Amino acid sequence: MTGQDDRARKELLITTIAGLLDGVRHVAVGASSPIPAAGAMLLRARNALAGKPPVRISILGSSRHNFFTNGGVELFDCAAQGRVDAFFLGGGQIDGAGNINLVGTGGYPRMEVRWPGSFGSAYLYHLIPRVILFREEHSPRVLVPKVDFVSAAAVTPEVKRRGGPQALLTNLALFDFDRDRGGFRLRSVHPGYTAEDVRDRTGFDYEVPEAVPATTAPDRATAELIRGRILDELAECYPEFARSMAAAA
Amino acid sequence: MTERVGLQALVGSIAPGQSVAIPVDRAGVSMAATAAMIEAGLTGLHLVCVPISGLQADLLIGAGVAAVVETSAVSLGEAGGAPRFTAAVRSGSIKLRDATCPAIHAGLLAGQKGVPFMPIAGIIGSDLLQVRPDWKVIDSPVGEPGKVVVVPAITPDVALFHAPEADRFGNVRIGRYRELATMAYAARRTLVTVERITDRDLMATEDSAAGVLPALYVDAIAVAENGAWPLPLWDEYETDGAELARYATMARTEEGFHAYLSAFLSRSKEVA
Repeated sequence: MTGQDDRARKELLITTIAGLLDGVRHVAVGASSPIPAAGAMLLRARNALAGKPPVRISILGSSRHNFFTNGGVELFDCAAQGRVDAFFLGGGQIDGAGNINLVGTGGYPRMEVRWPGSFGSAYLYHLIPRVILFREEHSPRVLVPKVDFVSAAAVTPEVKRRGGPQALLTNLALFDFDRDRGGFRLRSVHPGYTAEDVRDRTGFDYEVPEAVPATTAPDRATAELIRGRILDELAECYPEFARSMAAAA
Repeated sequence: MTERVGLQALVGSIAPGQSVAIPVDRAGVSMAATAAMIEAGLTGLHLVCVPISGLQADLLIGAGVAAVVETSAVSLGEAGGAPRFTAAVRSGSIKLRDATCPAIHAGLLAGQKGVPFMPIAGIIGSDLLQVRPDWKVIDSPVGEPGKVVVVPAITPDVALFHAPEADRFGNVRIGRYRELATMAYAARRTLVTVERITDRDLMATEDSAAGVLPALYVDAIAVAENGAWPLPLWDEYETDGAELARYATMARTEEGFHAYLSAFLSRSKEVA
């Protein structure tokens, strides 16, 4: 992939994330998530330009982009109070029921592949209304029929919850999640790929509309906003990422 | 009374098999005490990561100091996965107590309040409930009927962290890293390393006292300049990313890990 192609890929993901976040007041972003952070910053910039309500972005692990004074627990308390509208989760494995696995593959505890661990997922998935599943790699080893370990469950009819997945975004496609049915539905396929590519590289079943549109690429104004203001803002928290995107210009 | 001691005496008060609460990388990790613990040949420790850990846990696991690891994750962050943690999981050489961040905070809060457990939202549906039989799902005894998870109190034998400064009375400045206070409230003993001892009384004004853990909770303090290195210390120094990357590469093999460790220990001795 050339530098320009890679930049186009990132700009498409950033733009798509800003669209998914439309309407949120407070979005939290994990420590090593430059693309979700850029998506949130794009929404904030657009809202500011359009005179829409401001967007608060909490970047975990950053002291500058952090509104909390009560230690590590405050984000979790804030989510429990309904004060965090959106968040991002990934997963070494994501299954067709929207469950995510951040622990590992094979049998617990002596797993074949061990990942870091569940972090706050088991809790935040229940409490944050718009959880966007974001995983760049789109392959059958990531998107599996059933995860080996459920770090966080998408649907739990036995308990009332306000939180759960809204969408799944990868390098190939965007899916919506239907919480009543407990499954994904393909919304759009990114330019350069087909619905068949997505089928071939997805390990779980999902609904497909009759006509599958292409994911909307950023218009010129959006691309310029990303290349200017957003990269500047991003450089404070993710200097390496901002540098590599700027270098691709 | 808060004691002023040397690093060796500080870690000498930790007994094999004890549980030790340690903070997340950005919140003030005592890497100086970590080196001293390894040097002292401590074994069988039960680490309680609040709520996750990185280099510190990976070193303590690789050096055979930690036998039980209670954590929501172990990761070197931008430097990648934690190699000794991963190897130990595969070989079964540590006992795992997988958790989720707010459950660790909730367990410490129960410890802080002296109650046996704390209810916590969410978690239901997660396999963590299968691998943590000490976490229970109960019918809420009050309010709207429904299921709720309860986690047992966490009362570590020791809380251990690094901070910029303490005053002569043993008050320690923790800024807004309130989890350090929670750890100290819940733990039986709290050991702290600091960059320096300040002459001013940290409790003197409302402004300074707000970000302070009072000496009441602090059992012993040792001065260790640059004591969080290569991890960051707020307002003092950033992460030494090159050093973390070097560790991540070397610790991929057992031999590489031990080569890193011996250099790390001799460097720590020179500084101390």
